[in-house]
Amino acid sequence: MSWGSTAEFFAMGGYALYVWGSFGVAALCMLGEPLMAIKRHRDARAATSENT
Amino acid sequence: MLANFHFFTFASPPRFYALAGRLIPWLWAATIALAGAGLYIGFFRAPTDATQGDAYRIIFIHVPAAWMSMVLYMVMAFWAAIGWAFNARLASMVARAVAPTGAIFTFVALWSGALWGKPTWGTWWVWDARLTSELILLFLYLGYMALVNAIDDTRRADQAGALLAVIGSVNVPIIYFSVKWWNTLHQGATISATAAPKMVATMLRAMLLMTLACWAYAFAVVFTRTRAIIVERERDVKWLNEGLS
Repeated sequence: MSWGSTAEFFAMGGYALYVWGSFGVAALCMLGEPLMAIKRHRDARAATSENT
Repeated sequence: MLANFHFFTFASPPRFYALAGRLIPWLWAATIALAGAGLYIGFFRAPTDATQGDAYRIIFIHVPAAWMSMVLYMVMAFWAAIGWAFNARLASMVARAVAPTGAIFTFVALWSGALWGKPTWGTWWVWDARLTSELILLFLYLGYMALVNAIDDTRRADQAGALLAVIGSVNVPIIYFSVKWWNTLHQGATISATAAPKMVATMLRAMLLMTLACWAYAFAVVFTRTRAIIVERERDVKWLNEGLS
């Protein structure tokens, strides 16, 4: 374990902006994309059942 | 049983729809487990880098995203070409389903690269061969998506998209070899088939776990989107309206 405290972990040795900026945006993308795909599937299914 | 098994069974949209539906929960479970393990090792087990400090930890998302951006492009071009050549419906649908995921990985690679470049190179962006060819990859994905969405006739749209995807695939080896062919600011390949890894074992393990997580993620989200496209396209087909819950 290379971190002395939680604050030290979040500080990332002074590179917090860069490290958390990278992982944060990646996490947002990888949460948003599946939600959009699931919604697309759900909407398509709903449109199908309206047809019948 | 085996005699009845046909290799192309899952090329049928109804079969694929059902199979993918069963696999998706397991793929999400794998994504979460692999990403959890990769992030834990990457942030809590891998040591601080001697020259780059903790900024190097960006590698755990940057390299997997960059690999996926190139692999998914080849997957997209492959299925688009199969769909075009053999008029295989499902192949063309998969090609369309891959494109947004590939574009997102490309964006993540560029974004994390910029955030890594600033503290290590002193700049967010340079027009060097590796960065420029990766940016072109993003435009190829976006161009493919815009093109297939702009043409109303589905089959024509798939064919035009396949042409663009196949021609654009020359860019992928250019990205990969750019660091060898040109004297770029970007460093050379992290992992090579011919040389021993130049990384500490824990760093390497974290990066490979994150790569596997990205693979599982890509399968899960591409399968979900393929299922959506199947429903959109086969809306009037009987199998969809019968017996599917």
